Amino acid sequence: MKRFLVAMLLAALATVAKAETVEIRIDNFTFSPAEVHVAPGTTVVWVNADDIPHAVAANDKSFKSKVLDTEERYSRTVAGPGVIEYFCSLHPHMTGRIVVDGGTGGPAGR
Amino acid sequence: MDNHTSPHVDRSADQIDPGRRSALRCMAWAGTGLVWTVAGGVPFAAGLVGGGAQAAPAAGLTFVQISDSHVGFDKPANPDALATLREAVAGIRDLPTKPAFILHTGDISHLSRDEQFDAADQTLKDLGLPVFFVPGEHDVLDDGGGAAYLARYGKGPNGKALGAGWYSFDHGGVHFVALVNVVNLRGGGLGTLGEDQLAWLAGDLKSQVDSTPVVVFAHIPLWTIYPEWGWGTDDGARALSLLRRFGSVTVLNGHIHQILQKIEGNVAFHTARSTAFPQPAPGSAPSPGPVKLPAEKLRGALGVTTVTYRPKASPLAIVDATLG
Ligand SMILES: [Cu+2]
Repeated sequence: MKRFLVAMLLAALATVAKAETVEIRIDNFTFSPAEVHVAPGTTVVWVNADDIPHAVAANDKSFKSKVLDTEERYSRTVAGPGVIEYFCSLHPHMTGRIVVDGGTGGPAGR
Repeated sequence: MDNHTSPHVDRSADQIDPGRRSALRCMAWAGTGLVWTVAGGVPFAAGLVGGGAQAAPAAGLTFVQISDSHVGFDKPANPDALATLREAVAGIRDLPTKPAFILHTGDISHLSRDEQFDAADQTLKDLGLPVFFVPGEHDVLDDGGGAAYLARYGKGPNGKALGAGWYSFDHGGVHFVALVNVVNLRGGGLGTLGEDQLAWLAGDLKSQVDSTPVVVFAHIPLWTIYPEWGWGTDDGARALSLLRRFGSVTVLNGHIHQILQKIEGNVAFHTARSTAFPQPAPGSAPSPGPVKLPAEKLRGALGVTTVTYRPKASPLAIVDATLG
């Protein structure tokens, strides 16, 4: 029984690790952080914290969110490895990138 | 007078009309005597340029530019953007000279929703005047990427609009060109006209003689104002080069929710105020987001633009007036 519980716990931990989530806030017409390094399988969540709508679109057109009004969010699970460049399709001077690599984790840069 | 395309913040900033009850500011256009006047503050009471007298009913063509009504916007910077659009419409109705028509330079709606377009249309309909539209980026953010705008306005005024909704028409001896620079935007870029539209523009202008006054209107400024905030059009210079041979070109834009102006050669550039909320002067804030003013100051930062063209003799006059 004890062994079974430990196995359950380990399985749960593994699930948590696999379903890692990274949040990118959109505020002041900026993606923050503008660059993230994540492991394959990570779910990236964009949250619009601005008082103007924004949208998230991949440069290679592989994905595009609906318009995100204030406090709305969009999420995407990234495969990888590779680099995903994206921008706001409403305000294309707003750009960001997701580096899907071995999973050095967390935000890189600032 | 600014004769450079330089987007220097200082220069742009000091061109902004400072607000209520500022003196008339005139810019003489050497050569053909085009004069612009921007009147800050006194709603619809500013004298038209030239005589310096109070506005007498103007002979010639008068039309009104209205921009960035953002119907549906309800954030603190303006909890009721439809109400301020209604006030703008009431102000237009009270103009001493009844305008021939209205140009709406985009961001009619805030989120491209049918009910937002409906409310804007109903409000503008009260004027009983033709309204010529171009879309802003807020009008093409439906899932269809502008399908909602095209379904409603896509035929243009004469059934001849093409592509994302560009068209031209003639009125009172002036050639009007409506351009769309808010679709198919590229990451890291600015506004875009695109090859198809530029080719159409070249063909459209071919049938016009150099002496025809041309008014071009589009949402995002066709000149580079502040690329860090996306305030410019990547291929705008190509459109402007097609317009260079004309003796009188007026470029009317919106998008930046404030008055900026520049005269370069024969081309006069002007951006209009929003009827919904102001935005900061280029580079003066961390981002171009809505400026929250005290409630009693909001209407002084919103407004519409009246343009008068008088054939021969007289200058083209542009008068900006606030809502309150
Ligand atoms: Cu945006």
